[in-house]
Amino acid sequence: MKLSDFVGELSLEVKTCKEGLEREITGVYVSDLLSDVMANSRAGDIWITLQTHLNIVAVAGMKNLAGIIIVGGRKLPEDTRQKAEAEKIPIMTTPLPAFEAAGRMYQKLKQQE
Amino acid sequence: MPINIDKEIEGSFQIIGGNFVNAGEASTQLKLLLSKLGVDEDIIRRTAIATFEAEMNVIIYAAAGRMHYHITPRGISIKVDDMGPGIEDIELAMQEGYSTAPDWVREMGWGAGMGLPNMKKNSDIFKIDSVVGEGTTIEMVINFP
Ligand SMILES: Nc1ncnc2c1ncn2[C@@H]1O[C@H](COP(=O)(O)OP(=O)(O)OP(=O)(O)O)[C@@H](O)[C@H]1O
Ligand SMILES: [Mg+2]
Repeated sequence: MKLSDFVGELSLEVKTCKEGLEREITGVYVSDLLSDVMANSRAGDIWITLQTHLNIVAVAGMKNLAGIIIVGGRKLPEDTRQKAEAEKIPIMTTPLPAFEAAGRMYQKLKQQE
Repeated sequence: MPINIDKEIEGSFQIIGGNFVNAGEASTQLKLLLSKLGVDEDIIRRTAIATFEAEMNVIIYAAAGRMHYHITPRGISIKVDDMGPGIEDIELAMQEGYSTAPDWVREMGWGAGMGLPNMKKNSDIFKIDSVVGEGTTIEMVINFP
């Protein structure tokens, strides 16, 4: 399944790196602690978080994550957006809270198995 | 499938304390170099985690520091030393969940107290040395398979 398959389901607004939406995603990791994401996410995961600070781009890059979904309708700061665009990390925002965003993704990914 | 390393490669990066904007630059450069050399994916992943956590700690806690790497046919040695406040109780600092990160750093998502344990878990040899008022030195070795 691709990121683009979730755009409608999660009302995603794609903020950066639109071309990254066609990458195959392998899993989802939900966390707001950056060292936890460093430790426990896997390459190809989508990362669901409420963090919007610049350093999320570095974390996603270091772990080869497929992209970041920022929940709860939070705004993406301009410096984070620019860095993500430069480093080709797809970032999307959703009005859904983390629980619901993760739940909907879980269901879709399980259906496909 | 090792690799194009028939000679030893070393180098170093400066790390500036408080510079969150460029956080991860040193670790990213090293990761790119390892990819170019054709190093095993899992070794790159472990090195990325260990070096990024060490780099972040310098940025969060110290005034300045340096990451030095040494790649040989056997593996990667990394040394990160800083001019910072040092660590009073290393055993405590090594415990998962222990953190002295201030609130504004926690708001960014740092301060889970997982960085040092992450470094240790992902390296084959991990050494930490610290002098209060002077700084902290971390040495890590990751062996090729
Ligand atoms: N380079 C350093 N200089 C001074 N103190 C440090 C340094 N590295 C770690 N420490 C101390 O050790 C504690 C634990 O570090 P560790 O990296 O494990 O967790 P953290 O940085 O607090 O949180 P996290 O890494 O999960 O974001 C820190 O809170 C800090 O008190
Ligand atoms: Mg840390």
